[in-house]
Amino acid sequence: MDNNYRVCFTGVGGQGTLLATMVLAEAAIFAGHNVLASEVHGMAQRGGVVESSIMIGDLKSPIISDGEADVLVGFEPLETYRAIQKCSADSVVISNCVPVMPFSVAIGKGTYPEVETLFARIRPRVRQLVTLDAPALGRKAGAVLSANVVMIGALAKSAALPIPTEAFEHTIRTKTKKKFVEINLKAFELGFGAS
Amino acid sequence: MHPLLRLEQGDKHLLLGNEAIVRGALEAGIGFATTYPGTPSSEIADNFFRIAAESDLYFEYSTNEKVALETAAGAAVSGVRTMCSMKHVGLNVAADPLMTLAYVGVRGGMVIVTADDPSMFSSQNEQDNRWYARLSHLPMLEPASAQEAKDMTVAAFDLSETLQVPVLLRTTTRLSHHRGLVTTGSLRPPKTTGAFEKNPSRFVTVPANARVRHRVLLEQMEKARDMACESGFNVVRGNGPWGIVTSAMAYNYVADAIEDLGITDRVCVLKLGFSHPFPERLAVDFMRSVKKVLVVEELEPIMEDSLKAIAQGAGLSTPIAGKGDGLFSRLYEFQPAMVRAVTAKYFGVAYTPPEPVDPNKDGEKIQLPMRPPNLCAGCPHRATYYAVNSVLADMDIEAVFPTDIGCYTLGILPPLQTADFLVCMGSSVTSAAGISRVTGQKVIAFIGDSTFFHSGITGLINAVHNEHHFVLVILDNGTTAMTGHQPHPGVDKGPPGWQKPSVSIEALVRACGVEQVWVVNPINLGKARAAVREALESEKLSVIIAKAPCPLFARRVLGEKQKRAFEVGPECTGQCPVCIDRFGCPALYRNPDPDATPAMIINQDLCIGCGVCIQICKKIRPKKM
Repeated sequence: MDNNYRVCFTGVGGQGTLLATMVLAEAAIFAGHNVLASEVHGMAQRGGVVESSIMIGDLKSPIISDGEADVLVGFEPLETYRAIQKCSADSVVISNCVPVMPFSVAIGKGTYPEVETLFARIRPRVRQLVTLDAPALGRKAGAVLSANVVMIGALAKSAALPIPTEAFEHTIRTKTKKKFVEINLKAFELGFGAS
Repeated sequence: MHPLLRLEQGDKHLLLGNEAIVRGALEAGIGFATTYPGTPSSEIADNFFRIAAESDLYFEYSTNEKVALETAAGAAVSGVRTMCSMKHVGLNVAADPLMTLAYVGVRGGMVIVTADDPSMFSSQNEQDNRWYARLSHLPMLEPASAQEAKDMTVAAFDLSETLQVPVLLRTTTRLSHHRGLVTTGSLRPPKTTGAFEKNPSRFVTVPANARVRHRVLLEQMEKARDMACESGFNVVRGNGPWGIVTSAMAYNYVADAIEDLGITDRVCVLKLGFSHPFPERLAVDFMRSVKKVLVVEELEPIMEDSLKAIAQGAGLSTPIAGKGDGLFSRLYEFQPAMVRAVTAKYFGVAYTPPEPVDPNKDGEKIQLPMRPPNLCAGCPHRATYYAVNSVLADMDIEAVFPTDIGCYTLGILPPLQTADFLVCMGSSVTSAAGISRVTGQKVIAFIGDSTFFHSGITGLINAVHNEHHFVLVILDNGTTAMTGHQPHPGVDKGPPGWQKPSVSIEALVRACGVEQVWVVNPINLGKARAAVREALESEKLSVIIAKAPCPLFARRVLGEKQKRAFEVGPECTGQCPVCIDRFGCPALYRNPDPDATPAMIINQDLCIGCGVCIQICKKIRPKKM
């Protein structure tokens, strides 16, 4: 089990979690690992929660049971909290700190908890919690949409996975849209530096 | 060039399960493919659609699964290799041709993909389509990985031609939508033309011929059973006194569980990939070799029941367990930890389950707001629903809303709540007839454009002929939005490279004999409301065609740009909020600062400028872009 890593991604439709999943998967392959990934399609794309998972190593199951994620990458703080049961005391959690308001809150039918309250519940219960303002760094890189690559930068910095920085950069250069390569590289660097 | 055509023999590539199936079909020289889109099968056909544009492959989005299967059957009996893909409930629609196509068989290899959805990520039920293999007497293959999805697809075409019957390839959502490394084989040039060789005693199923063909089918299945016993897809792994029989995605959970529990030297696994006809000999030998058997299969206890029956026949008393108290459930998709726990329990192995983080431990539980999927900002369905609800409120009528399958089913959510009954594709029109006939209540049924072509038309003809009285609203957004913007027969603006004759929904509705028909753009609320009012006031069967393009489709596929923007004026105090309580566009939200004005704000990133909100609230006005 020691050479296997289970990484869970969670976010909201439109945040680019699936592209980030793909970047991590390809980077892991480039670094010489076997990879399995799993995605949720369909209903989830209409503003709902989008979850994906990546297994690095010799695992055969493409999904993660509760308490078994080595890393949780949350693109939205409420969704990080909602998915936290995927983690154990050994997990590394990387979360964007900027909320995307659920519709129920926008119309006043629910309350969005204080982000710091959510993080304060998570921090003492996991090995490490890294939080960052991914959209701001994405904007700084040249496009707010590159916030997903900012998150990948923070993931690389955490060194939670056996994937060198170069493998991520190579993947961004060869597997993301040409038009956005420079922005994505910058976003990766900013995410790497932020945590 | 399409990536699946570009991969060379021996390449190792990360592929979606559905992509691996497409690659397998290309390696088998497929010449003809049909579908009706449905999650989780859709990517299979969407890849064929793009590949057909740059190769000789013939592909079509058919009007429904029955049409897709019969069209594919025509090609297959003419000697061309064909694939027909659909979601699990699609096979219900295609069950009629399936059952008898099994009798007449095929000449060119034919693979029918059924994509099941344990846990119902995007379906109305979680039926186990392994039953269809038993019902139709057709061979079934069940891949457990992307690599197997590719390899089994190639093998399925050969198997189909050897046995001269269609072969069912069953996936689940997890298989279809997982990615794994696949080593590709060589592509085979497609054979896209064939010849129909007349043979009425085989192909025309009058009773005298059908009696003969049923016997032939059963003979073929006995051959297939022998092949399943010898198949490289049915393997015994490991060596030990404890037996596990498993298949498909569940196999992966079993394999990891055995490693995690450290019992590799005590367990022997029979993994069935060629799972029907059930390989009896193999199963008997396996059960003889072990002390007890655990059956690990998602959904129904199909293998478990087969094993128990076979054990009885062979005089074996090996304990066999699967579904039951403390063991596996018939409900929902499996999880790795759950399979590990049950395996440990059944074989009496010590096991410490993982300890998930509980953020509420030693503290008050934080209430989390839900985030259900929602109709997009600017979705014309919301405008239609608003128009209907507002007219009903004005007339003080409560109507019943039979609905149908598509994005618009999301009308079930507040504040619209325009969904009261739904069982399957096309059921809106037909159930509306029954409900209105026996209740006397006002009934307004909703159906999408693609669903109307799929199975709404026959219900409408029935309603005309049998003089049913209700209002049918056809939500025509010019695409099959829910499953990824596939074209359908009513589409006049398709994706790039798509050009086909369009069938007018209005002309069809009128030709069915409906006398009262309105075609309105729901973005114009006044006209939409007028049509709804007139339809409700009349005592006749009425059809309103609410026609406006899906904004996601218009933007992503047709490349249309936003033309207008809006803002809320400072006079908005948030006292009335019609925009929230009755309309519910996700681009409109309440200012988090309760004392600020305006009380409502438009999220300019989400707003597409449809302009419906300015028709419901005077405090919203155009904004300079």
